[in-house]
Formats: sequence, structure tokens, C-alpha cells
Amino acid sequence: MRLSPQSGEIIDRSSPLPFTWNGKPLTGHVGDTIVSAMAASGVKVFSRSLKYHRKRGILTANYLDPNTILQVDDEPNVRAGHRRLEAGMNVSSQNTWPSLEFDVKSANQAVGRFLAPGFYYKTFISPRPMWPMYQRVLRRFSHGGRIDDQVTSDHYDKRYAHPDVVVAGAGPAGMAAAIAAAKAGASVMLVEEEYRLGGHLRYGSADDLEALATLLAEVEANNNIEVLANSVVGARYDDNWIMINQRDPGHVRERLISARAKTLVVAAGTIERPYVFEGNDLPGVMLSGAVRRLINLYAVKPGERAVVFTANPEGDLAAQDLSRAGVEVVEVVDARSGGDLVGAKGRGKLSTVEVGDRSVDADLLVTSVGWTAPTSLLNMAGCRPVYDQGAARFVPTDLPDDVLVTGGMVGDGSTEQLVAHGSVIGTNAAARALKIRARWQRLTPSALPPALVEVVEESAPDLLPQAHPELYRASTHGFVDYSEDIKSKDLISAANEGYNLMELNKRYTTVTMGPIQGKLEVANAVAIHAEATGRSIAETGTTTWRPPYAPTSLGALSGAEMDPVRYSPMHQWHVARGATPLVAGMWIRPEHYGDPAAEVRNVRAKVGIIDVSPLGKLDLRGTDVPKLLNFVYTNKWSKLTVGSVRYGVMCAEDGVVMDDGVVGHLGEDRYLMTTTSGGAGLVWNWIDDWLQTTHPDWDVTMTAVTDGFASINIAGPNSRELLGRLTEVDLDKEAFGYMKVREGTVADVDGCVIWRIGFTGELSYEVHVPAGYALHLWKALMEKGQDLGVAPFGVEAQRIMRLEKGHFIVGQDTDGLTQGFSLGLDWAIKLDKDDFAGKPELEWQAADGVQSRIVAIQPVDPTVVPEEASQILEGTDIVGRITSSRMSPTLGRSICLGVVADHLKEPGTILNVRLGNGETAKAAVMEHHAHFDPQGERLRG
Amino acid sequence: MLLIECPHCGPRNGTEFTYSGKIQPRPVMKGSDFEARAEWRRYLYEEDNFAGFAKERWFHGNGCRKFLDIERHSVTNEISSVSPAGEAS
Repeated sequence: MRLSPQSGEIIDRSSPLPFTWNGKPLTGHVGDTIVSAMAASGVKVFSRSLKYHRKRGILTANYLDPNTILQVDDEPNVRAGHRRLEAGMNVSSQNTWPSLEFDVKSANQAVGRFLAPGFYYKTFISPRPMWPMYQRVLRRFSHGGRIDDQVTSDHYDKRYAHPDVVVAGAGPAGMAAAIAAAKAGASVMLVEEEYRLGGHLRYGSADDLEALATLLAEVEANNNIEVLANSVVGARYDDNWIMINQRDPGHVRERLISARAKTLVVAAGTIERPYVFEGNDLPGVMLSGAVRRLINLYAVKPGERAVVFTANPEGDLAAQDLSRAGVEVVEVVDARSGGDLVGAKGRGKLSTVEVGDRSVDADLLVTSVGWTAPTSLLNMAGCRPVYDQGAARFVPTDLPDDVLVTGGMVGDGSTEQLVAHGSVIGTNAAARALKIRARWQRLTPSALPPALVEVVEESAPDLLPQAHPELYRASTHGFVDYSEDIKSKDLISAANEGYNLMELNKRYTTVTMGPIQGKLEVANAVAIHAEATGRSIAETGTTTWRPPYAPTSLGALSGAEMDPVRYSPMHQWHVARGATPLVAGMWIRPEHYGDPAAEVRNVRAKVGIIDVSPLGKLDLRGTDVPKLLNFVYTNKWSKLTVGSVRYGVMCAEDGVVMDDGVVGHLGEDRYLMTTTSGGAGLVWNWIDDWLQTTHPDWDVTMTAVTDGFASINIAGPNSRELLGRLTEVDLDKEAFGYMKVREGTVADVDGCVIWRIGFTGELSYEVHVPAGYALHLWKALMEKGQDLGVAPFGVEAQRIMRLEKGHFIVGQDTDGLTQGFSLGLDWAIKLDKDDFAGKPELEWQAADGVQSRIVAIQPVDPTVVPEEASQILEGTDIVGRITSSRMSPTLGRSICLGVVADHLKEPGTILNVRLGNGETAKAAVMEHHAHFDPQGERLRG
Repeated sequence: MLLIECPHCGPRNGTEFTYSGKIQPRPVMKGSDFEARAEWRRYLYEEDNFAGFAKERWFHGNGCRKFLDIERHSVTNEISSVSPAGEAS
């Protein structure tokens, strides 16, 4: 029922918002939460509990309410105690069947004794083959809403920020801290989980509201403060890397802010604890904060006849609020003078409260039994809270210098005391932040000198937790964890079963592991575990808080797509030509232009050009380049003459092949190294490592020129004729033989490097052209080669042709265990060299015998193309695998490369290849790696 | 996320750097007996994994591309010194 206007209410009564609850039309106001609007319309039951399907009503009336997690339209698990009502929302209950009022699974209550902790573990452990069936059935019993799988996308965003100070929590202390820090010259992010700033002042007295108005005006007037409402600091990582989840910032559903703050002020306040007693989950049993929020913010009357159980001033205030709202407060039980509850009774809703040996009729029971500091962020900063028995709460200690804490987490006080403490902490946070800022500026190369604003730190006034009775459980048993339906009895029986450490008990019973993640119930769980094990609460300690503090959607974590993509200068030409794009690492490459087999035939018969720009290219200069090459490659490099090219394989220190490529000796002390496209970055870093850390004495200068040059390979019998039309460089086969390199002008572009090498097995030239002129050269080749039959070919055609030639690809035909000799590289591994990377392991591989070999394989049935990664079997043993396979357009049959156990390497060996369809295909080991032109006559022609 | 004070670039996010192993000399291999192999494989694979300040090599690959010698506390992540590779005092 809606009350007459309240002085602090935040609803706009002039604007009704229609919505539905389980199909029934209701109305609320702008400013209402979903729950306050429903409560104003008389709704008492909001959900059914997880295991026993008990009816549940409002407990806290805010984000942490475990009983009001609802489905809103297509969005499951909405915290309806927090989420603002919008017109037209379709709100429904979750996990109830057939309805919230009549739920068949509530039969679980009757068999509740079977649902003791560990019930699922113990019951469904065997027989093992039944697991999938158990899974299907049990899933229907699980909690949570419905996901609409028709919704294919939504928008989320990310932001990076560099504030001086982040303040987590905008109650009076947090706001005061933000104001003081901003005044001291720091940039401040003030983050508040609620839609409105002010914390408990929002639902307080007239004085509280006046203090709030003053603070709000100061916050709004200060340009150094960025306010993030309806947002939450989810995590604090090393060096104050802070994750802030900004809900509904307007343009997207959620935005994840990663902030590198210099200091963090935690002013998260305190969370009210429920009390454990029989019937404590009945609809009508609420915390004092819930009734104060309902009455003062939303003008909702929470009941008609109330019993109030109070142990602190907030409970007293709740009793006053209730009286003012016209609720009949039939009894106030004061724990400070020894009063206690026994239990609550009712069928689906509260009807009687048992106090001592008396029964009191009531439809509302309000408890106010203590406060828990949500020390999550402090724990992430290394703080371990200690238990203060006199105040019945954990208090933070041992903070690092760049994390400060203020407000209710530190202690209790008047608004003035909280503001005074917050101000000093804010000033100190700014002082430390500005020192760090100046240090960072000093360390960053810049023309501007750092401007250090000196702020003097002050000592904070005392803010101590007030004395409070230790109240966790009454003489009866009740629910500890509402989300997981864990009772105090369950915790005790788990402790008795041997789960006698808090962390073990937690994992066994799943207490504190539900959607609320222990924020309400952790202190109660610890106290009851302590009681069961005969230890003190201080000895028991709390469970560990891990990030994130609050739920974060996967969409927010994923965020906007920000991966960089690289294109060659010819990319748009490929697109215009209808090329199928291929994602290759960061590059987008043309896979083919329609028919890769035709592209292969054209190269073999005429001439083709391929864009191989992603090829890694490293310019090496200096007198010691041969030393470097000798060290990083397995073969010898000292005698490579100017104008010559050599192939080399690189192994890591474990002897595993990491890359291969060719190096050309361009001029005196001048070399150009190429790497595989995928290995370009790796090799660059690898060489830098050796040059910087092991051989700084070597005269070698390395420059990565992968993007500086684009690369085009011209392949096929007509390639000499085609290139010859565009360059003065002498291409005569005697003057410019196989494995030679020249520099010159091509298509009027100076500074091109021409290599005569051939991955495809054809006569071919690879031209490295300054990237800005690459498209010009590409177009010139297409134009000048028309009569020669020139056509572009893509990565797929190149892969087919290299397989026809038996060239392996590092990473395709090798894996993380393939050592050099397994590739048949005996000719390219020179163990008589003094030293090179990977030499010891390769020496031992040679000495111990090579376990596996790469071989060319042809299925006996030429139409069978085994899938790549097909296993090669000997009986039931796996003795190898197919690493590459294709149908060869040139040979008209299937061809493969594969890895086999050493004893199967001899040519003519027949292998059993297990195909994807379960059949076995016979395949023969070939004499040469090359299926086509094994003598290399075309290549050298 | 760590913040590493690169001596060349200033303070930068840890994601710009990659860990490149403990600082240790590369053994010169003589022979291939059991002892030699054991020494080499200790160098390649074994980490001390002790609690305290560890001397580590990091690579500022998304920055100045320099290898750095860093002393980092393996429990608290506190970094007590950063210097160019081989130049630690």
C-alpha cells in the first residue's frame, strides 16, 4: 500500500508506469524500483527458494535481496530490489512451475531431510553412465531465469580511465572524501552502486536529508569529480588497476571501465545482517534497512502489525519510521536489554512471532542485529580483516599505502563525524595520488617538467565501531544462506562430518556461494561454523573474497571489439576481385578468388601472382650478422656470398623447430631475413633477446621491415617473361640463378628486392616492393601479363602447391614437440658448429635416435583425402598422424604429409589411416617429400 | 594488472610486457653425459618458485622493445628495481 507523501521520497507521483507481474497488470511510479512498485501494489511473495521452493518475500529491498531476483522481459536474474521500474516491463518469477502460488517442487520441503548438505554428491555419484541423464533432470530443478536465444546481439562498451583517486561508495564519508580529494587538486571518480548518492542519508531524518543536499551540491559543483552512479567497483588488482562496472550508461547496456587509479578510497559502508531463527525466511520478515527504504524512499507501507527486534540505533529508527507510517508496532524486543526472538510461524507468510514463551500476532517482523563491512576490495589489496568481538564485526587492517578506507567500514559515528573522517581520508588520498602522479610524470620522457602540488597529509579523527551485542543465531535454527537454501543445521552437520574448516564447510554446503556471494550471510556462516567447531569467530576467520565484487555480464567483459586487423596494400584489390577472406593471425588474406584448383593449374601452366605481404622481413646490418645467423639457424652462414640466398631452420633451446625462412646477402654487411608470416613477431623478439641479453657485443642492427615492404610472388613458367617486361634487372638464368637475390627497379619503383626462390615448386620470383608502391606493381603485373595468362592466386592454391612439392609448414606439419631431426633436416643441422640455439638438445636427439619422422604419404585409393590430424594406427596403437592433405589438381590424386614413428619411415611402407567416418584407408610412404617434380627441374629452369 | 616503470618509457601497463624467464647464464655444453643433460634441463625448465624478491627478465615488446632486469616480489608483486638488461647494479 502506498503511503501519503514522505519527506525524502524519490518517486514522482505524477507519472504512473504500467507494467505486468506474472501477466497481471500493475502500476508504479517513476523512481520506483520494480520491487517497491510491486510492494506498493500489495505483492508479498516474489520467489520460491532454490531447494525447498519455499515462498520468499522482501528481505533487504535493495541490490542484495536474495528473494527478489526476477525475470524482466528477456533478461534473467534481474536484481529487482535495485532495478528501476520502466514502463511496459514484463516481470515474472523464476523457477516456479506451474506458478509462483502453486509450485509442485515445493514438495521438496516434505523430503527436506534428504536434501542435507552433500545430497547431490552422495546420491548421484553412481552409476557413472547415468550422469548425462541426471544432468538433464537436475537442470530443470536449477535456479535462474530464461535466456532468450533469439536475441543475437546487444551493445556493450569498454573504457580506459586514468583518475588520480577512485572512491568506491558515495555515502556521506565517500562523498566527503571525493570533495576533499578534488579540492586538493586530484581528479576523482566517485562510484556508487545505487542510482542516487547519499548512502543511508537518503532514507534518514530531515537533518540527514539536509546534510545530503549540501554534499550533493558540493559534488555537483566540482569539475574534478566524475560521478558514476548505478555503477560498482568490481575489483582491485595490482597497482590499483580498478574494474568499474557501469550499468546502463545510456548508449549501451553496460560499460566496463578499467581505471589505473593512483589511490583508491574504499567507502563501501556496511551491510545489514539477517538473524538466524526458525521461520526467518517467511515473507513478512525483513531487515530494518528494508522497511526504512520502503517507507522513506518509496512511501510503501511494509505491513500492518509489526514486531521489531533491535540491537542498535538503526533498529530503533525503523520502529519510529513504522509508527510514523501508521504500522502498528505491537512489540519492540531490545537485544541490548536481553530480549531475544525464538522464532516465527506462518503458512507461506508470517502470522505469529514467538518472543520468550509468548506468541505475538504480526504480519511484519523487523530485525536489526548487526552490520558487516564488505571488505572485498580491501581483501583484494592484501588486507585481512580481524574480528572485533565488542563490536560484533570484522574491521579492516594492514592496508597498502595506495588504498585508504573511510566511513562505516572503519567505524560508527554521526554524519558530522563520518564527513570529517572522509574529508581527511580524501585529502590524504589526494596527497598520495599527486605524489604518485608527479613520480610517473618524472619517469615519463617529456618536454614538460612535472607539476607537483604538495598536499600535506593529516591524521584522521577517531571513528570507532560502536559496542554491539554478538547476535548471529537465536535458540532455534533457521536459514543462513537464502540464495542456496542453507540452514544453520546444515552447517553444523557438515562441520560434524569433518568439514571443520570454514573454507571446507563453504565448499561442501555451498554456503555463501549463491548469487549474493556471502554479502549478507558470511558473518552468520562463520559464527555458526565457529559454534559447531568450538572455536571463536576470530579463530575461524572469514572466507576469501575474490573479484568481481558484484555480478558482471559476459557482454561487459567481452565489450566492444578492439582487436587490431592488418591489411596488405593490395587488400582492396582482392576484395574488388571477390576474394574469399582468410583470417591469418592479425592479417586478412585472400584465400582464393573462386577456384583454387584452377589457380594451381594456371600457375603450373602459365603464371600467377600471390600477395605474400605478411611474410616477416628483418633488415640486418653490421659486421657480425654471420655470427648471428650461425647462432639462430641450425646450418652454416659464414660463406654466403653477396647476391646469394640460403634457407635456414630455427630451433628453440629445446631443439623444437620454431621457424624457417630464407636470408639474402644484399651487400657488404647487409642482409634481409624472411620469416614465416605467423612467426614474424616471434623471430623478431627472439633475435632481439639474443642481441640484447647475450651478445650485446655483436655489431648487428636489426630493423623490422615487414610492413615497409609488401611482397608479391610471381610463379609459373611465364614468370621470367612477365617480370622481365617490368625490370632492367638481368633475369637470365645464368646471370640470376636459383637461390639468388638482386636489388633493382621494378615497374619504375626503386629499391625493390627480387628473390629467385620457390615455395610453389615453379620458376618464381618474389619481389619485395616499398609498400606504398605495391598496388601499382600488382596492377602493372596484371596488365603486362595478360597475354601470358597471368591470374592471381590465393593462400589455398599456394598451400596445395607447396604440399605437392612436399614443403612443410612450421606449425602445420610440426607441433610443440617436433625437434629438428624429425623433419628430415639432417642436411641443414650442422652439429659441428661451435654453438647455436637448441644445439645441445639436437645433439642428444641425434645420439638417442629420432623417434618420429615427417614423410610424404599417398593413399592407395587416390580419391581418398584423409582429414588433417587423422590418426595412423598400428593395431590399436597410434603411430602417427596426417599433418597436411589435399587433392592435387596437378597429379589428380590425394597427397599428404604426415608424421610417423621412425620404424615406418621407409618408402613403400603401407600405413593404416583412420578416417573421420571410422573407416581405415591404406596409404603408402613415398620416397621423396615432393609428390611432384622431386628433382626440382621446374624450379631451377 | 602490474604497473612497470620502464626506464625508457616511464610507467606502463604490465600487458605491454612479457615475462622472459629468470636471469641466469646460458650454460656452455660440453659432452652429453647425464650430468650435462641434467644441468641443461635445469637451465631450460626448472623454476625456483621461491617467495621473495626474484630477479627476472621482462621484455617491453609493446613499448621500447628492450629487455629489462626486474626485481619483483613473488608474493606481493612489489617491484623494487627495473633496469636495462645486463645493467643492474
